[in-house]
Amino acid sequence: MNALTFLTLTPLLGAALVAAVPSRHTGYIRALGFGFMLSALFSALVLAFSYNRALGGIQFAERHEWIHELGVQYFLGVDGLSVMLILLTAIITPFALLASGGTLTKLNVVMMLLLETALIGTFTALNFIHWFLFYELSLVPAFFMIRSGGGKPAAVAAFRFFVYTLLGGLAMLVAFLAIQLATGTFDLVKLAAFGHAGAIDALLVARFGSLGSGGICLLVFAGIFLGLAVKVPVVPFHTWLPDAYAEAPSPVSMLLTGLMSKMGVYGFLRLLLPLFPVRMQELATPLLWLALITIVFSAVAALAQTDIKRLLAYSSVNHLGYCLLGIFAFAAVPHGLPNDRAAAMDGVMLQIFNHGLTASALFCFVAFLERRSGGLRGLADFGGLRTAAPVFAGLMGIAIFSSLGLPGLNGFVGEFLIFKGTFGLVWWAAAVAVIGLFVTAVFLLNLIQKVFTGPLSARWAKFPDLSAGEILTVAPVIALLFVLGIFPQVLIALFNKTVFLP
Amino acid sequence: MILNATFLSAFLGVVLVLILPRRAEHFARWIALLAALAGLAFALKAFVGYDQSAGAPHFQYVTRIPWIDALGISFFTQADGISLILLVLTGIIAIAGVLFSWNVTRRPRAFFAFFLTIIGGVYGVFQSFDLFLLFVFYEIVIVPKYFLIAAWGSTNREYGAMKLTIFSVAGSALVLLATVATYAVSGVHSFDLLVLADHARVVFPPAFQIWAFPAMFLGFAVLAGIWPFHTWAPTGHVAAPTAVSMLLAGVVMKLGSYSALRVAMTLFPQGLEQWRTVIAVLATIGILYGALVALAQRDLKFVVGYSSVNHMGFVLLGLVTLNTIGLSGAVLQMFSHGIIGGLLFAVVGRMIYDRTHTREISALGAMGLSKALPFAAFTFTVASVASMGLPGFSGFIAEFTILSGSWKPFPLLLIPTGIGVVVTVAFTLRALQRSFFAPKEDGPPNPAAHHPPFDPITLAEKLGACLLMATTLGVGLYPKILLDPIMHSFGSPLMHQLIREVASK
Repeated sequence: MNALTFLTLTPLLGAALVAAVPSRHTGYIRALGFGFMLSALFSALVLAFSYNRALGGIQFAERHEWIHELGVQYFLGVDGLSVMLILLTAIITPFALLASGGTLTKLNVVMMLLLETALIGTFTALNFIHWFLFYELSLVPAFFMIRSGGGKPAAVAAFRFFVYTLLGGLAMLVAFLAIQLATGTFDLVKLAAFGHAGAIDALLVARFGSLGSGGICLLVFAGIFLGLAVKVPVVPFHTWLPDAYAEAPSPVSMLLTGLMSKMGVYGFLRLLLPLFPVRMQELATPLLWLALITIVFSAVAALAQTDIKRLLAYSSVNHLGYCLLGIFAFAAVPHGLPNDRAAAMDGVMLQIFNHGLTASALFCFVAFLERRSGGLRGLADFGGLRTAAPVFAGLMGIAIFSSLGLPGLNGFVGEFLIFKGTFGLVWWAAAVAVIGLFVTAVFLLNLIQKVFTGPLSARWAKFPDLSAGEILTVAPVIALLFVLGIFPQVLIALFNKTVFLP
Repeated sequence: MILNATFLSAFLGVVLVLILPRRAEHFARWIALLAALAGLAFALKAFVGYDQSAGAPHFQYVTRIPWIDALGISFFTQADGISLILLVLTGIIAIAGVLFSWNVTRRPRAFFAFFLTIIGGVYGVFQSFDLFLLFVFYEIVIVPKYFLIAAWGSTNREYGAMKLTIFSVAGSALVLLATVATYAVSGVHSFDLLVLADHARVVFPPAFQIWAFPAMFLGFAVLAGIWPFHTWAPTGHVAAPTAVSMLLAGVVMKLGSYSALRVAMTLFPQGLEQWRTVIAVLATIGILYGALVALAQRDLKFVVGYSSVNHMGFVLLGLVTLNTIGLSGAVLQMFSHGIIGGLLFAVVGRMIYDRTHTREISALGAMGLSKALPFAAFTFTVASVASMGLPGFSGFIAEFTILSGSWKPFPLLLIPTGIGVVVTVAFTLRALQRSFFAPKEDGPPNPAAHHPPFDPITLAEKLGACLLMATTLGVGLYPKILLDPIMHSFGSPLMHQLIREVASK
């Protein structure tokens, strides 16, 4: 069995074994689940170190016929981007399990492992149907985990999340069906080669007729875009997100924002950009505006929230908006300075990883906060916690400042590179996006102020500080925030030679 | 002969059950199980032994015995990949049906005798290549359905049984009429499907085909639940006892779609050409309408009943694409819906209703079923996910293949079909969520929430559920096992003249 197949199936095996343990052995269930997550992390690290960075490109490829009649193959392999995302998945999943501090039910442990398999499968698949299988598989565990937040609102949020995402997925599926009928393949590597040569649109028109000024090409593009835009999400397709992030238990929100949102961004990089470079260039202006609206709208919306989880949910949309900004700017000026384009794309990749770390760390702190406050998480409910819980305040402060983009922490590097690249390529977009940066700073500082500074109310006088276990839970991630802030090149080296990109 | 062994073992089971002394009547279920196992074993052996190499004949296991020479009727059975897949489906559903009827204690001999009669008839239809023989088996299926529903059914059972029978009989009447007319017009003095199809283009004038095709097709398609003649399906499914709902959705509806393909479409190619678009539109309406109505149901079994209309719409749409991709999708969907529909009815009828004595979604929601009956909740979740067409299960690959085949001939129908898929997701998720995972409401305790503890799920139920779940997952992950024999079958002259477009590889 190939290394990647092994890695994909490790959490699945864990899920099956955990499912077989009777639910009353909660400690055993968590230990078993954690063991499998660690073993996946170990394999992911081995993968990252054995990936030949100097060579780049697709490595560890494995290919078998699957459904010959439909051109479906079991085809997987990794490039630097995939390796990075697998690493992120393998780090965040056990982190979320630990952050739950033993509150997770058996169902949730099983679902976390299932989600890990779905994510690794998505990040390694190189045939569209193979990819789609795992992409959609992720919905089932996410649905059940969001619901486990309890009560009617969580059920509604899970339902909406599921239906919206599936609707997007369906649009994408139909679009790819058209592509397959036109090009005769679902192979993403071959399709990227077609796309690079600008052949996909021509083949679509040849197969289906133009439907008037290339309408069919636009429809296909729109179908894929819609699917990914719901997943990331792009404003105005984000309406499912705040409820889902807020109603899910916080450890689950860590996975939603840290990992699942990355599936959408990954789709932009793996599907849309390689297949439709010309179309994206033509549509650059509206796309850039969508990214800018996402950035600014979500920042302003975050400013208006009174619930910390909702605030972080919008903040997450905002940060992913920068990824889109970088991608769209990269696509807008194919003949721009190579330095600018490289900066934008490196920034996007770093931002993907960094946002995964930082956002899940923030939701982890919210989990700790809720545990102490009995579920309260309104901005107005707290104040002055710094005096009662200095370690808590200090560590969460680091995560917030990382999110805000303070130099020296990881968040800065990605956003800086995106802005640097975008400014060189499409200066006005970078200029507008600065508004987002500014508002982000305001709402994040406001968060610190409302929760940690000011007079400590008598109610929280006995607010316990982080326990040793909790410190150990966040310590590795906090350390990574610094490491990647100071030595971002460890990651950049990974995806220097990412393939597919036009 | 191995093909004939499938229905012979079922009919032998009927005889053994009937001669069972009354004091040993609880052995009836064991006889039924053995007969079902034997049937599946024969079907599987034939399926595995089907030679798919390039030069191999498309029809294999041929048995031809003269029967009524004066009329050109013979006992003529054989199978191609399509037949074999449906024979295997029948075997699986038969076993699952017996396992989910393990608790039938009222007149078990009669129950299992009727049950096995249906199974035998279904096996017969899927291997008959003499039109007369096919019709005989087809009719064998109809009568026991009535008795099973009317005597062992639940809600509104007499009404449901009668409605179902009237629709079936009306459909058969159309088929009979068209069959007799075909025999007379052809003048070849034979009921042999291959001979008739061979003469189809030359002998049957377009003026004849233009009405004979819709009569024949519609007669069969009624049983497949074609809109607007689908109304027997939900009421019949709901009224039927669990095993019969499973049979109806699992295989009896497939009799309709299979025969429509095997008989109506192959005999009247020109009639098909004329009516093709109409059928595609009706099929699409069925997809959309079934989904929308299912969304509005308050009875869980009705949700599943209407979902059958929705899923069978895909089969009909796939049939009239007339390309290898769409047609193979239709056959896949017949198999897939047989398994998934059977599973859904098994959970709703046996695991849930037999314990809760209600199928009202809101009442079920108050019972906290995910905690009280976790295995049932798990099974229904898997069945729902498979039914809504998530990749990895057989439903996805089947519907995906049908959509893929429909791009070319019916691009405009993709939009309503796509909406239908989304509504399918919505109604399935709604039913799953509200019946099994309804959140605890605040407020005064609901009287329905206080129920005596349910009997645990029995081993027979678990085995049956695992059989069906493993099948839908196995086919979903490795559809090649079905696609290859289907594709091989398309080479036969019977199918070949149907197909307008061969998929480019």
